[in-house]
Amino acid sequence: MEPLQDLNWLLSLGTFLPLVGVLLMLFVPKKDVDTAKTIALGTALATLAVGVVTALKFDYGQSENLQFFASHSWIKPISATYTIGVDGISLPLYLLSMLITVLVMIYSWNHVPSPGNAKAFFMLMLVLQTGMAGTFMAQDLILFFVFFELVLLPMYFMIGVWGGENRQYASLKFFLYTMFGSALMLVGFIALFVVTKNNAADPAAANFSFQWFNENGPDVAKNTAIWIFGGLFIGFAVKVPMFPFHTWLPDAHTEAPTQGSVILAAILLKLGTYGFVRIAIPFLPQAAVKWAPAIAVLAVIGIIYGALGCLAQTDMKRLIAFSSVAHMGFVMLGISTLTDLGINAALFGMVAHGLITGMLFFLAGSVKERYHTLQISKLKGMLKSMPKLGWIFGFCAMASLGLPGLAGFWGEFPALLASWSPAEVLLGNGHEGLFRVLTIIAALGTVLAAGYLLWLFQRTAMGEPAVEAAGDHHESDIHDVNAFEWAAWVPMLIGIVVLGVVPKLLLDLSDPGVQIITKVFKGGN
Amino acid sequence: MFAFSSPVIDYHALAPELVLAAGICVVLLVDLFVPDHRRWITGTLSGLFLLGALLPVVTLAVIGDDVRSSLSGDGITGRYVVDNFALVLKALFLLAGYVVVLLSAHEIEEGGYYQGEFYVLLLSSVLGMVMMASSRDLVSVFIALEFLSIPAYMMAAWKKRDRKSNEAGVKYYLLGVFASAVMLYGMSLLYGVAGSTLLTDIGKSITLEGDKVGVQVLGVVFVIVGFAFKVSAVPFHTWAPDTYEGAPTPVTAFLSVGSKAAGFVGLVLMVYLAFPEARDVYRPFLWVMAALTMTIGNLVALKQTNIVRMLAYSSVSQGGFILMPLAMAFTDGSQEASLRAVVVYLIIYAATNLGAFAVVIAVSRKTRSGEISSFGGLFQYAPGLTVLMTLFLASLAGIPPLGGWYAKFGAFKAVLDAAGGWGYTIAIVGAVNAVIATAYYINIMREMWMKPAPDGDVTPIKVHGSVKAALVICAASTLVLGVLPGLIAKVGAITDLAGIAP
Repeated sequence: MEPLQDLNWLLSLGTFLPLVGVLLMLFVPKKDVDTAKTIALGTALATLAVGVVTALKFDYGQSENLQFFASHSWIKPISATYTIGVDGISLPLYLLSMLITVLVMIYSWNHVPSPGNAKAFFMLMLVLQTGMAGTFMAQDLILFFVFFELVLLPMYFMIGVWGGENRQYASLKFFLYTMFGSALMLVGFIALFVVTKNNAADPAAANFSFQWFNENGPDVAKNTAIWIFGGLFIGFAVKVPMFPFHTWLPDAHTEAPTQGSVILAAILLKLGTYGFVRIAIPFLPQAAVKWAPAIAVLAVIGIIYGALGCLAQTDMKRLIAFSSVAHMGFVMLGISTLTDLGINAALFGMVAHGLITGMLFFLAGSVKERYHTLQISKLKGMLKSMPKLGWIFGFCAMASLGLPGLAGFWGEFPALLASWSPAEVLLGNGHEGLFRVLTIIAALGTVLAAGYLLWLFQRTAMGEPAVEAAGDHHESDIHDVNAFEWAAWVPMLIGIVVLGVVPKLLLDLSDPGVQIITKVFKGGN
Repeated sequence: MFAFSSPVIDYHALAPELVLAAGICVVLLVDLFVPDHRRWITGTLSGLFLLGALLPVVTLAVIGDDVRSSLSGDGITGRYVVDNFALVLKALFLLAGYVVVLLSAHEIEEGGYYQGEFYVLLLSSVLGMVMMASSRDLVSVFIALEFLSIPAYMMAAWKKRDRKSNEAGVKYYLLGVFASAVMLYGMSLLYGVAGSTLLTDIGKSITLEGDKVGVQVLGVVFVIVGFAFKVSAVPFHTWAPDTYEGAPTPVTAFLSVGSKAAGFVGLVLMVYLAFPEARDVYRPFLWVMAALTMTIGNLVALKQTNIVRMLAYSSVSQGGFILMPLAMAFTDGSQEASLRAVVVYLIIYAATNLGAFAVVIAVSRKTRSGEISSFGGLFQYAPGLTVLMTLFLASLAGIPPLGGWYAKFGAFKAVLDAAGGWGYTIAIVGAVNAVIATAYYINIMREMWMKPAPDGDVTPIKVHGSVKAALVICAASTLVLGVLPGLIAKVGAITDLAGIAP
């Protein structure tokens, strides 16, 4: 099965186009805000157009195959290559990153958070876009690492400069956590390379491309593999974030500006889960089998812990942040089953969570802008004071709690099904009971999710609007959804419905690729 | 019996040194005859001579891979050579010297310091470094080292009426000559064992076998200690922070990049040519030193409130990352990866660190302060400098896609290649330290981006043209080397180093 090499410049174009916009913006004087914003949005739209072309030219009949594949030598002495390509697993995320950037920019058009400086803010978003798209198209560990890290600094500044009151603490925490994870991850990458190279019949052929590790990684001795998997696990788990590495997330989300929260929730968290599906599990399947029960346990702890955390929050944004921990727990539970169903559900859940939680953060941002507070106790009767926004909020809450017919359902329900009957290699190790128990606990998590989301909706949207404005806001600030918000939100809302009704769209795309990953975990092997 | 036969001089191979020597004379003379207000000419001339010296380096590189002995004749051949290793480092020293000239131009002129003399000393010191790259003999290594150090002692004390600068110079001088003495003693022991000053001859004799093992061990240890002072490795680093803080900032930039790199070049020559068989002595020694240097440099850097002192300790800790692969050289065939890691690290570190100092120079011209807090609010009134400083700091921290990541990557790969407990352990020590280091780099970023300007002074900073040029050179190199490290992929190949034991 040879990767398809047609249009092999398309991915590079889509990934690096935002940097061209950044270069252009450098020459725009700081005061000329509109030109800067226009260039940024124009670039993001052009990038999205490239993404659309990519989607149209993608051969859906061979979605398990890497397409738009290109491979060039890059850093010879360390055998790193510039190898890129997307398949059905990475394409949705690659496109999602482009879409989200455009929507966030539309939303930011007249919502640049304090202290202003729209030019720098938009430039950071473009740099972020390159890092995110690059991570999903990279087919080489070193290239992946470079893009994976590229998002770090822009996000750090986005939180630290444009964030809320506690922004400096939150941004530093985000940075150090991620840095710690990626340092161990890098050592894991190099160790994996050295070990596979020493094992190989022809060490000179060793390189950092995914293909090399797909072929040679499974042969790594089990004990070594378990250690290396540990390094990768910490790197990715911090990013996901999994319990107990999640503590940076509520702070980062709460303090980040709306735009930062949306990008963080919609794309950045997915870098971690994507890393598990694309790197850790297929490269080290033996170790994955050993680690899977532990991952499943941590995932379920995350689900329950996140849900309980939500129930205790008094701040709407912080509540949504904790719900992210719970949702990503479902994604990780799906991955830990090592089954087709579970991993497909996880990939679906990644996109769904991106759209739904992204939307929720948008809403939180708009509420904050109107009420100047996100204290749940001070928000009341949104359905009356701004009915459209209130109903959109209700819709997203329903989607988030996994209502059938909306996107959230297809991420959670199949994950639960899968964990009831995980891969045969796991059953063989006597983990059947463990996974059954975990399924039941995780199912309770969905009930809790319904609880905290409906309770949140009830407390903020229902009832009479507080006439006494509590000194935080003025009646005149409260207006319903404006044009920019509509433009930014409608595509996401459509996405939530369409994916909810026709989940096949994504599942058919990812399934062939997932089949290849899970082949080794099926019985008879 | 010892009829004198005159050596054959390869003038082309010696041209960089000759151009620099001519430059020293010309600048000295010009300084005598130009009136005070035109003294800046000496700076311009020095820059031109440094670039002029680069020309023959380029032509030598273009001509081919042959090793040329600059001086050949009876018993002289092979003691002062031009190989690819030497060419790469000569180019590095000359370019670093040029950037330092750019950084000094305004600073030295404004301070009313002795411009002409300053540049003469700077050129002399660069000449010493260029010589170090070619030396393959104990005598020439030592002469090169003194040649580059002695002018540096004086430059450190250049702010004559400033007590701190005097302290800087005296401390650097006293510890420097002490280190030289220790090293010289070690060299005499090595000569006593080997009966030759040629490094490769010493390499054949220092086998840690036979009846002079004790002398051999002492010789190896003393020489390494001598160089450890030069590269400010813990526990021989105590001079560095005081000297860095007191010296004029361009000189600090020069010391932390140029003379440090020259020290490492000397160390590489020793480890690779003179001690390949003495692994059991230098490996534990360098290993412990690398671990200590990284860790202690980092921990002390965390507490600094003065930016130059912080950069000084950061440079101590970066030195640990260069020692790391060196300690593992000649362990399980990792000598190529190690040599490469050291050379690549030196190049990238030079570009990045000079850039960081350039920003410090530009900012402190306005704020007149070296405190980290004086960087507060920089993003509001000097966004360009802020972004550049962020790039340099991120590169020092090793965050892709800036040069520093590749330097660190190479160092890690070299020690992991030398599979085994020693390599794995130091790699983990290094990884933990890399994370600790980000804490103090990010602290400065936070100051620049997120804190208000101290006393609300937000008048823009005027960056002098030559400093701008230096910033552009450093930033471009830092970025390009991070994205396309393949450009310097060829440097540091083991075959570049003439006379290495196969």
